[in-house]
Amino acid sequence: MAAALADTDFAFVAREVKARSGLVLTAEKSYLLETRLAPIARKESLASVAELAAAARLRRDERLIWQITDALTTSETQFFRDKAPFALLRDHVIPHLQQAEPQRRLRIWCAATSTGQEAFSLAMMLDDLRAEGRGVDAEIIATDISERLLEKARAGLFTQFEVQRGLPIRTLIRHFEKVGDLWRIADRIRAMVRFQRFNLLDDLRPLGMFDIVLCRNVLCYFAPEQQRDTLERIAAQMRDEGALVLGAGESTVGVSDAFAPEGGFYRRLDPRRAAARVA
Amino acid sequence: MKTCLVVDDSRVIRKVARRILEDLRFHVEEAGDGLEALTACRKAMPEAILLDWNMPVMTGIEFLRALRKERGGEAPVVVFCTTENDVEHISEAIKAGANEYIMKPFDGDILHSKFMEAGLLAHEAA
Repeated sequence: MAAALADTDFAFVAREVKARSGLVLTAEKSYLLETRLAPIARKESLASVAELAAAARLRRDERLIWQITDALTTSETQFFRDKAPFALLRDHVIPHLQQAEPQRRLRIWCAATSTGQEAFSLAMMLDDLRAEGRGVDAEIIATDISERLLEKARAGLFTQFEVQRGLPIRTLIRHFEKVGDLWRIADRIRAMVRFQRFNLLDDLRPLGMFDIVLCRNVLCYFAPEQQRDTLERIAAQMRDEGALVLGAGESTVGVSDAFAPEGGFYRRLDPRRAAARVA
Repeated sequence: MKTCLVVDDSRVIRKVARRILEDLRFHVEEAGDGLEALTACRKAMPEAILLDWNMPVMTGIEFLRALRKERGGEAPVVVFCTTENDVEHISEAIKAGANEYIMKPFDGDILHSKFMEAGLLAHEAA
């Protein structure tokens, strides 16, 4: 059994990881450290995760601390995760936005996209709509804090295991090609998504304004004050009546007044209306 | 309770599939090849069929083509479950009337996901 982290080292890692990613690392989650950080310790020729944490603290090694942050931020994802939000976007949110302003290109943001499954699911959905003659002019920006995950996303290569979770077989055949043991997403789908490294805790303004934002299973790892702050900053990057989609267990209710729940997603309120509600 | 007929010449695979399917609340019947499966279907059409491709006597694809011509044979939801994992086999299976397709090796997660795609399980949280 590996030696446990010294309290000072755990506190250091927890503080640095939170400052960089918002992830709150509680003592109950310390088991994550061993499994997620052991590969980094090995790569750095350090004997244990305890030594890795100590090295990061004593050397104040930025590169090491970023690697640790990267490994600890959860990357669990799958194609069309939870299904319902995608059907909702396709049948309700997108037609509504398109009807309101038919000429305008919709801007969609996948925040914390991980290895790309969510963004590619959206792109496949839009491509299917086009094939049905219900084409939508849209651009998808997918961001993540982790360069490692984005690299995988950009490659568009998925294992047989990954393409069998959430992806109907007809969708696989239509949008992927087989390359050796892996499956590669079609170029036309990949071209619909722009991947960009971005930290949700940074200034969001350079990303521009969005009609639809997917920020799923991210806020639940944040401390309450950081959830509110992040939601307010996301709201500032959204057009009025824009739609925010959160993870299954997440909500803006009681956290931010900038949104109103609307059966499966959150409608960005006109700031004047939001102010009136508060008043 | 829905019935799922597991068609595979490997007893081990049938056993693994049975355990997962029983957890998903299916009543499980087994067949060791396509012909045995066809005989079982003529006796009672199951709601679902988990179907291997390469088997002695009658292959999965031969069975599927025969099944779809039977009276009531269009009803069962057929999920292929095979090591054949190239686009040609998958396309052939869909053309022959397969509803879903699992590439081996599989696990409980994949089977669950695929049965959901095929409409055999209620979507959670939908």
